[in-house]
Amino acid sequence: MTDATIAAVHDREAAIAGRRHLASRTIIYALLTFFALIYLAPLVILVFNSFREQPEIAQNGLIAFPRSFQLSAWADAWSTYCIGGTCEGMRRNFLNSLWMAVPATVLSTALGALNGYVLSKWRFRGSETLFTLMLLGVFMPGQIALMPWAFILGKLGLTNSTYGLILVHVIQGISFTTLFCRNYYVSIPDDLIKAARIDGAGFWRIFRKIILPLSPPILIVTVIWQFTGIWNEYLFGVVFTSGREQPITAALVALTASGTNVRAYDVMSAAVLIGALPPLLVYFFGGKYFVRGLTQGAIK
Amino acid sequence: MSSLTIRNLRKSFGSVEVLKGIDIEAKAGEFIALVGPSGCGKSTLLAMIAGLESVSEGEIRIGDRLVNSVAPKDRDIAMVFQSYALYPTMTVRENITFGMESRGVPRPQRDEAVKRVAALLQIEPLLGRKPGQLSGGQRQRVAMGRALVRDPKLFLFDEPLSNLDAKLRVDMRSEIKKLHHRVGKTTIYVTHDQVEAMTLASRIAVMHQGQVQQFDEPQAVYDRPANMFVAGFMGSPAMNFIQTEVGTDTDGRPAVSFKAAGGGTATLALHNGIAGQISTRNVILGIRPEHIFRYSPELKAAKPSIAKVEAPVEMVEPTGAETIGFMRFGDLEVVGRFDPDEAPRMGETITLGVDMSHACLFDPITKNLI
Repeated sequence: MTDATIAAVHDREAAIAGRRHLASRTIIYALLTFFALIYLAPLVILVFNSFREQPEIAQNGLIAFPRSFQLSAWADAWSTYCIGGTCEGMRRNFLNSLWMAVPATVLSTALGALNGYVLSKWRFRGSETLFTLMLLGVFMPGQIALMPWAFILGKLGLTNSTYGLILVHVIQGISFTTLFCRNYYVSIPDDLIKAARIDGAGFWRIFRKIILPLSPPILIVTVIWQFTGIWNEYLFGVVFTSGREQPITAALVALTASGTNVRAYDVMSAAVLIGALPPLLVYFFGGKYFVRGLTQGAIK
Repeated sequence: MSSLTIRNLRKSFGSVEVLKGIDIEAKAGEFIALVGPSGCGKSTLLAMIAGLESVSEGEIRIGDRLVNSVAPKDRDIAMVFQSYALYPTMTVRENITFGMESRGVPRPQRDEAVKRVAALLQIEPLLGRKPGQLSGGQRQRVAMGRALVRDPKLFLFDEPLSNLDAKLRVDMRSEIKKLHHRVGKTTIYVTHDQVEAMTLASRIAVMHQGQVQQFDEPQAVYDRPANMFVAGFMGSPAMNFIQTEVGTDTDGRPAVSFKAAGGGTATLALHNGIAGQISTRNVILGIRPEHIFRYSPELKAAKPSIAKVEAPVEMVEPTGAETIGFMRFGDLEVVGRFDPDEAPRMGETITLGVDMSHACLFDPITKNLI
């Protein structure tokens, strides 16, 4: 009898709590969906416009549901559209960006891994201070380095060259890659290094055989971070290169200012999407590792 | 021939001196245990022998070779770590052969060595696994395998059993002992567990505050501890320390006396010979719990060195094999180990026999054994 009454009271409370829970969930998901839509809208509009025909865009406006379909804007944007007098499309700039971002990512990641290895496992007098100084680079905006870089690239004869940009991005990226790798390697037990030293392994062999095999989570994070950062970078690209040497981010701006009377929104949309595609692909394929790597701490 | 010689070894980290002049010598094939409470410097000492820590002062010789500034890999040592330090991305086989591979030992020879060690430690079925797929005990075996696979001059063990559960620890302990017996290599074994030190070592170095307090065979360390620290550290339950005054008993024999429970004075006659060496008025009497038992005239007749004292029993702890009794001696609590058949009862006033032939006397000022 008493059991039944207690149960009844609890049931009522449980029901109220359950309704409250449902209500709060609904609100949360509604808000999330709303903001996700706002965030995704520009991308959706771009994708639509890249497949719409220019006359239809002109007639119905930039933001409208597609009533026509074409693929030619993509082909134009890729290989024939005229920017600043040359009619080669985005292809060359796309390849410039690729030829800049891939080596710069690989080099800065490799140097970051090596720095992190030294700063965590082969500490020396002043290594902590050195690390702190390197960290300053993380907080320093790129604009500050603009003038010094102009000077250095001028001296080295690397202005208006992809190699110059590679150099800039490798150096600018070392702070981040070192921070990532060092903090990850700190969680690798020092005993492993000691055991390996007794086993007769030296600096490089320990790095290759013990540290690197443990590194994929953090290397994936670093590569994604560096590649998207370098690919999307605009300031250095637009300042240090021009015309055919520009990376795609800089070239996209030239596209809008190319001065022709009719704005080809379909081609521009396709061009912008071509420029945005590599980082998106990297995120689609590596995103889950990225999240996992950022949250992964100690190695057991 | 000695296979490890440490002379006046010192180590400072900044202004903190953690090792203050260590002298240890290990004969070939010896099993030396470095034992002491945490922070006593034993692990630092081992790391210095391994070459993982630099030497501030003094010298380390392995065999006849001075190795102060020799790299760890060139010292001809093998080490087992407390954390096992198995390479997580390698299989057990790769873990074991990593050292040989680093040294350029050809493959057939490596395979041969792995086979030998795997058989010795019975880990053949594990060779293809990664350390993450092994239990604690198996990891421990693999870590030992990695050390055993080479033929070093010196084995170093850094608290290798402290991460195992109690039963496994006892099993592995006896296995290490058998292994040492079979392999016969000089071994330096760091532990904070005095039972491990007692059971395994041929000689024990008891360390405290950066100094070796005593370096001797286990039984000697146990029976004749050099000072009160060693006496208190070795043995469980710990040795009883009783503040006493030197005098004579009713028969005129040299004796020590202390305040008994009821307010009176208890007097224990000293064993022959020792009285002559006492120069102070007070001494600290050290008695191990197993030398305190229920008094009986027959025992006294068999062993004249037994002295008699009465004490109320405050608490008893039966452990099965023996019963630990806590008795009141004045303001002190004294611990005795009793046969369960003649264990005291709580509240009883028991007549205790104390075997004075095993008593240790300590100088109250220097804390050293008299």
